[in-house]
Amino acid sequence: MSAGWAVVHERFRFILLGAYPRDQQWRPALAIVLFVALYVLSARRACWRPWLPAAWLAILTGAIVLMRGGPLGLARVPTESWGGLPLTLLLATVGFAAAFPPGVALALGRRSALPAIRALSIAYIEVMRGVPLVTFLFMASLMFPLFVPAGFTIDKLLRAQAALALVQAAYLAEVVRAGLEAVPAGQREAAASLGLRFGPATVLVVLPQALRISIPALVNTFIGFFKDTTLVTVIGLFDLLGTARAVIVDPRWFGAAVPVYLLVAAVYFTFCFAVSRYSQHIERSLMAHGHQ
Amino acid sequence: MSPRGRAIVWQAAALGAAGALVGLAALEAASNLKARGIASGFAYLGRAAGFEIAPGPLPYSARDTYARALAVGLVNTLRVSLAGIVLATVMGVMLGLARLSKVRALSLPAAGYLEVVRNTPLLLQLLVWYSLWQGLPGPRAALHPLPGVLLCNRGLFLPSLSERPALSGFDIRGGLSLSPEFGALLLCLATYTAAFLGEIVRGGVLSVGRGQTEAAAALGLSRARTLRLVVLPQALRVMVPPATSQFLNLAKNASLGVAIGYPELIAVTGSTLNQTGQAIEAIALATLVYLAVSLSFSLAVHLWRRGRW
Amino acid sequence: MAVHRSVSPLIALALSACSGAAPPQEAAPRVPAAATTSATPTLDAVRRKGFVQCGVTTGVAGFSAPDAQGRWRGLDVDVCRAIAAAVLGDAERVRFTALTAAQRFTALQTGEIDVLSRITTVTFQRDVQLGIEFPAINWYDGTGFLVPRSGGVRSPRGLAGATICVSAGSSNERDVADYFRKNGLTFTPVVMERLEELTNAYFAGRCDAFSQDRATLAAVRARAPHPDDHVVLADVISKAPYSPGVMPNDLRWMEIVRWSVFAMIDAEELGLSSGTIDGAMASGDPEVQRFVGQTGGFGAMLGLDALWAYRIVKQVGNYAESFERNIEPLGIERGLNRLWKDGGVLYVPDLR
Repeated sequence: MSAGWAVVHERFRFILLGAYPRDQQWRPALAIVLFVALYVLSARRACWRPWLPAAWLAILTGAIVLMRGGPLGLARVPTESWGGLPLTLLLATVGFAAAFPPGVALALGRRSALPAIRALSIAYIEVMRGVPLVTFLFMASLMFPLFVPAGFTIDKLLRAQAALALVQAAYLAEVVRAGLEAVPAGQREAAASLGLRFGPATVLVVLPQALRISIPALVNTFIGFFKDTTLVTVIGLFDLLGTARAVIVDPRWFGAAVPVYLLVAAVYFTFCFAVSRYSQHIERSLMAHGHQ
Repeated sequence: MSPRGRAIVWQAAALGAAGALVGLAALEAASNLKARGIASGFAYLGRAAGFEIAPGPLPYSARDTYARALAVGLVNTLRVSLAGIVLATVMGVMLGLARLSKVRALSLPAAGYLEVVRNTPLLLQLLVWYSLWQGLPGPRAALHPLPGVLLCNRGLFLPSLSERPALSGFDIRGGLSLSPEFGALLLCLATYTAAFLGEIVRGGVLSVGRGQTEAAAALGLSRARTLRLVVLPQALRVMVPPATSQFLNLAKNASLGVAIGYPELIAVTGSTLNQTGQAIEAIALATLVYLAVSLSFSLAVHLWRRGRW
Repeated sequence: MAVHRSVSPLIALALSACSGAAPPQEAAPRVPAAATTSATPTLDAVRRKGFVQCGVTTGVAGFSAPDAQGRWRGLDVDVCRAIAAAVLGDAERVRFTALTAAQRFTALQTGEIDVLSRITTVTFQRDVQLGIEFPAINWYDGTGFLVPRSGGVRSPRGLAGATICVSAGSSNERDVADYFRKNGLTFTPVVMERLEELTNAYFAGRCDAFSQDRATLAAVRARAPHPDDHVVLADVISKAPYSPGVMPNDLRWMEIVRWSVFAMIDAEELGLSSGTIDGAMASGDPEVQRFVGQTGGFGAMLGLDALWAYRIVKQVGNYAESFERNIEPLGIERGLNRLWKDGGVLYVPDLR
């Protein structure tokens, strides 16, 4: 047990922030703060306004620029050096945000009256959900480069993020679909009677209600995505679990594996438990206030 | 344009876009493969694999073909999935009932277990199980949890019908052996899925109206018989679809065995594609196998639903 | 095919926006001017990027491992630095990708790395079936075993029935299988992808022996909690010549890699080191003159400038310097890896 605390004490920075250059480590630390601020902001019902997606985009872009460097005189840090908790938060949050529009599109496509579109949507959703996520990560890391002209490489982190987002879109699609089905048919009829065509009716009337109904399920899905980010260690990326794993293979820290893992587990648990409690709270409050 | 005309245009556009994307990717891949001298086609399946796989139920050596290696991987996946489903169901039912119990000494630990297991990543749990197993003593100092059963960091050894495991030379020989990788993966998958099944069982039992339990009590049935004869059959109808979904998740989660070196399908696929360079064929095969498994599950649930109603 | 040729630059343009590979000095990523397939794609890519992407191990002392400051050091690392010095003028213009044995060839084949310098044994299957080219052997070794001293095993035959740790995707896997079959013995393999976990499994007592190339075993033993408790068996059961690896689609790049390695060995033969090469610029020895680029024009023939070999020796050193810096501290003898005139097997063509 003491070996566990000793290794945590010595390699704390590496476990938390990865191989990020030491003098620049205020940047990933600030990125963590930005992500947490984003979550807290999104949790408050008072902030559920049309400007929230723009806020997400702004904060996520800011976090990426902060980590990567370039403008504002920040030194460039290659993505191979990103790691630890900032990487986990980045993968989960950017993945969720990037998966959302295609997820909604797929949910609508799955319910479409047009057979070709419905078939394409169902095929995509079933394939993405029927195959283990690890396979897609292998695909991203080993196969994507074959589809790219010679001499160009797409950043490995970007590939992994894309694979995660593509799969998560399928799971989100199912959640949104359940929400869409829960919206009473009368809503669409009322919209039609007001002269709204199919497209605008869906976007302005049905979708907002469907999303609102789905909020608890969406939050639970986010917890699942957050846990899924650990799989990137299998393709050699150093998220929070990956850095812990890299640290304990040192023969000096024999017997330190379980305490270090338990510590990392506590971090994940704290986050996921808090979010799941929030999800239950929001579910109760939504049911209490009804639909509008 | 008429609505019908619009419909056709949209669908043609969607199909066209999908087709163009696939076609572009295929052209680029073909040109890259050719430039790099990587072979195409499935002829590699007939060649000798050249890599070792930890011993299991199917005999295999490095001289066997890639096709056989994949078969071994598939058998390993099915083996741990089926054992995991059985174990998880038993544990899940017990957990669900414990959670429902009026006895706080049962329901509170069960609730705590559920929260912890469902809020930590599966891969992390797997690594913890594996580290615990690796911390066990070596074969010379193996533990004897039950008569004839030996447990050490090289595996769990159970007595078979004809022989009992015993230390011989370097290792323990005889009887049935389960590797640490199999054991850790099985325990991890079972405990994780049991947590979700526990909630499903609880939800299923709670979905049976109170009227049913009260009526059964009025008829003089004991709590246990009420549960067995009245509540559970009705709860089953509610529980089966989400439970099947969890079983499928377990089979997919078995792919995490690649992280600890358990030679299941994805791990063998990885070794194959690293040796042959034919990433596309190898991953396509693994994807098809998993799709077949998941579609069979969906079909089974669909038929079960039809049969019941 | 015509459609594909005109589309490829479009994809390239889109990707140049995504790829995070722009070097610090470049203002904007450049796009290839014409849609022609080049005869030297890797060399062109390296020049455009401004660095060499080098595939190395995840940390094997002596060959490629990060030191306490995170800077990569090792014999294989020096090969990549030599290539960078020759092509780009600066031995620091290298980026490293840590790869497991199982991943290494795929990374090379998909173009993720430009050169694989990762204690890779040359085998028929890798050369012919995988189609990877091995331009120049820079280390001669063989598969051996690491065993605990307390086990009393003194030769590989004593490992009959043992559990042996092997690295997934390594040539040792097959060597061990062949050896045991040849001698009619059985063994139980424990196969893992990550060398560090395999090492820990061995130290934890999961395996009775650890099989790798002997130089790697020496590196592993050096990191043991109690190195003296373990011994590398004297017998080798196979040959294991290491060479950097490249893809066959760029002959010029392959020649540059080959002659970068040869240059380091030639420099030792000629008595040129990082300390003496400046003085050698004024040498009257025709061989030295050709080496440092005063005569012969060999640099131009390779598509490089005349000082390519000079820079290699000045910035990285000759073979002996690389060995002394990296391998000697592990307690490994040069053995076969001496120059031919010193009784070893390092016999490379001269620059002529």
